[in-house]
Amino acid sequence: MDFLLTSILDGLLLGFVYGLAAMGLTLIWGVMNVINLSHGPIISLGMFGVYLLFSGLGINPYVALIFVAIFGLLLGIVIYFVAVNRVINAPHLSTLLATFSVAMIITGLGTAVFSASPRNVDYSLGSFTLGSATIPINRIVAAALSMLITAGLYIYLRRTRSGRYIRAVANNRNAAELMGVPSVRILALSFGIGTMLATVAGGLIATLFPFTILAGGTYELKSFVIGVLGGLGNPVGALLGGLILGVLEGIIPTFMPATWVPVIEFILFVLILMVRPQGLFGAKKS
Amino acid sequence: MSSPNDTQLAATDTKTGLSAVLAQNAGSFVGLILPVAIILALTIWPTITGKDITRESIFTIMLSIALASSLNILLGYTGYVSFGHVVFFGLGGYVGFYLMAVQGWSLWLAMPMGGLAAGLLAFLLGKAILRLRGGYFALATIGVNEAMRAFINNFKPFGGPVGMTLNFQVYKDYGGAARALSLAFYILAALTLLIVIISYLVRTSKFGLGLLAIREDEDAAEVMGVVAPSAKTWAYVLSAILPGIIGVLFFFKNGSIEPVPAFRLNFSIEMIVMVMLGGQGTVLGPIIGGVGYQSLRGFLLTSPLFKNIQLAVAGALLLVIVLFVPAGLVGWLRNRFPALRRVLQ
Amino acid sequence: MILQLEGVSKNFGGLRALSDVTFDLPEGQILGLIGPNGAGKTTLFNSISGVYTPTEGRVIFRGQDVTRNKPYEMAKLGMARTHQIVRPLNELTVRENVIAGSCFGREGHGLKAAGKIADEVLEFVGLAPRSDQLAGSLNVGQKKRLEMARALAARPYLLLLDEVLAGLNPSEIGHMVDIVRSIRDQGVTIIMIEHVMKAVMSVSDRLLVLDYGSQIAEGTPHDVANDPKVIEAYLGDPDLALRLMRDETRA
Ligand SMILES: Nc1ncnc2c1ncn2[C@@H]1O[C@H](COP(=O)(O)OP(=O)(O)O)[C@@H](O)[C@H]1O
Ligand SMILES: [Mg+2]
Repeated sequence: MDFLLTSILDGLLLGFVYGLAAMGLTLIWGVMNVINLSHGPIISLGMFGVYLLFSGLGINPYVALIFVAIFGLLLGIVIYFVAVNRVINAPHLSTLLATFSVAMIITGLGTAVFSASPRNVDYSLGSFTLGSATIPINRIVAAALSMLITAGLYIYLRRTRSGRYIRAVANNRNAAELMGVPSVRILALSFGIGTMLATVAGGLIATLFPFTILAGGTYELKSFVIGVLGGLGNPVGALLGGLILGVLEGIIPTFMPATWVPVIEFILFVLILMVRPQGLFGAKKS
Repeated sequence: MSSPNDTQLAATDTKTGLSAVLAQNAGSFVGLILPVAIILALTIWPTITGKDITRESIFTIMLSIALASSLNILLGYTGYVSFGHVVFFGLGGYVGFYLMAVQGWSLWLAMPMGGLAAGLLAFLLGKAILRLRGGYFALATIGVNEAMRAFINNFKPFGGPVGMTLNFQVYKDYGGAARALSLAFYILAALTLLIVIISYLVRTSKFGLGLLAIREDEDAAEVMGVVAPSAKTWAYVLSAILPGIIGVLFFFKNGSIEPVPAFRLNFSIEMIVMVMLGGQGTVLGPIIGGVGYQSLRGFLLTSPLFKNIQLAVAGALLLVIVLFVPAGLVGWLRNRFPALRRVLQ
Repeated sequence: MILQLEGVSKNFGGLRALSDVTFDLPEGQILGLIGPNGAGKTTLFNSISGVYTPTEGRVIFRGQDVTRNKPYEMAKLGMARTHQIVRPLNELTVRENVIAGSCFGREGHGLKAAGKIADEVLEFVGLAPRSDQLAGSLNVGQKKRLEMARALAARPYLLLLDEVLAGLNPSEIGHMVDIVRSIRDQGVTIIMIEHVMKAVMSVSDRLLVLDYGSQIAEGTPHDVANDPKVIEAYLGDPDLALRLMRDETRA
């Protein structure tokens, strides 16, 4: 029982980070109906950003996140204008392939510069014991920061003008344009924020696990699962989806081999897509 | 403009009707000339040069053409983006490999079984996920591929994470390893020719017209009477069978099979890139795309300048195609020179 | 009776787009379907042609209950329609569009026979010179005629026309009205949704008026035009009322 509790706690803490990693994907998806296939490599960039700032310049990883966030925002805006804007109204295949080609470019350059060897951010805050469980404090900080960022995004989308514009464009781009919302700028901003969230999530993950330039791919796949669990464009939904996934990953290994986790995850993913493509908690019109 | 009053709906303008039919007949199979010629040229080239290394690189090109042409039936004709199409290659390969390595079947029997397994999976999936439109279908196919890979990873009869290997003795039945390699090449050539002909027949058939209608506007197609659910499913099955057969052949030649190379998502995406490069929805497109993509890849991998960043260069090229030439080379030519349409099918 | 509706209703969430629509349509007639924007006319077409399944009620086509049929089943049974917002298969040629109509419609022809029918129909609607053009490159008027040609190529028993006159200039309207008449003369039953009052009045055998999803009047064009309920419904829609009056003064 105690063992189960630890697994759930472990899964929950990780779930917050998963949720944050997925948030950028679901935001872009929800706002502009683009499935960003460069999400994984962008997460990897976030990991390497924190790594370089920490190992190279000795900057505290949590401070480094701020620089990584700014970089992510700018990168996303650039990607939007270079790769997405031209095909935003084209059939799905175009945006899928356009973002995938961005993924190839990032991964290709990343591999050339960093090689595919594993790195880690050697910065531990220690751990504390709770009953029989030992919990690294890094995880708690990561979970807390994820929650904070989610809350920040939620408030941003509700309370600020540009946030409301983003929601208006997500709801109905044509109507928003008629009401005078500068839709191209808002789309670029949304893509930037989505990318920023991905890099920040990557940076946080770097403080927890070792990684390579290809590591983001795993989180991209998880983000798809979370996207259909939590619905699109809603930060709280993404966080909930992340928590569900984290807890599943915590619980499943207690009664079957851990290698079955992805089998169950992806079957669940396909099943939910079939039944509720708008997501379990999503209410977005088709 | 003719006034409707003097044109009866039932009345036949025999001239227009007849000449149209005649023109159609004269035009038939012209579009097949170029595709078949390219496949035949690729087939005999290694025989002429007599070099094994040429044969091996053409094997890769041929594999690309066959897989891209198969995918094109779904992607190009029907407009459904299967991002995880490699699942059919992997599953077919695994089923066939199991039959050869564990049950001692011959390649000749294992190949159709691989195709059958892939076709069956596509049929079942078709009933389930082909209802999803656009990006959702694409995502579901990724999910299916990942689920399958993870499952095979746990599936003991197929060797779990380590996969299976063929006993070297097996190749003796085919006249030794060297002969088996050359046999595999000619089988692949025949299969490639087959899929190209199938692709052409589909493109010019009533079934194919229904698929194109679905691609253009599925709801309108249904209103016109296209039975979209079944047409889509058969297109999916048709596009899955050959990758299943080829999977068996590929891993037979490879001598071993493992989950990661069998279900490599990037391989699926390479297929899509080839279809896009050449021109989706045309018979010739995936052939040009396969040859073009593999040649380019070969060049980048060996060029000292691009060797390290070949993936990034390929990505940049893909981006340029998607943004500026979305119809692909063949599509662009068809639009630019309508006179060539009959030849460039 | 070629078509019978018995208490057909359609809800979208809380919105009742159609409520209790009941009528019989005898073979060989033209039924005009009119009503203000948003009255539920297109929804009625969708409910008849299998695009939507009615929430309540029954649809009987040529003696067969088709309430839960799919659109492609309706096409095979001999129903064809055009769309208010045209839906050409853009990347196919005009001729291929019409061939598809014939191949998958009631008679289910092979490509060759369908090609012949397509050429006839294209001639009939005046699109023959554009046969080999891509459908996406046509202008709106031509696209409307393409919709019509595609539906006709199916050789339907019942043809549903959704605002085929909207957006056409007066000479195009005259041409289209002639086409509609001669289709009827060949024995095809027609329901046409129309806002161009003069045209629909002159061509219809009977009219049915929808307002807020309810059928508020039915009868000969003359009776309906003088029905106070109808006039009131149209006054609710100033745009249409204006058009109605303009047509009246011109007539
Ligand atoms: N698919 C749908 N979902 C929700 N509401 C719909 C849908 N289709 C139509 N409606 C609503 O039903 C009503 C009737 O629409 P419609 O049949 O298009 O009217 P008309 O063709 O008479 O102008 C409108 O209020 C419209 O918004
Ligand atoms: Mg309407």
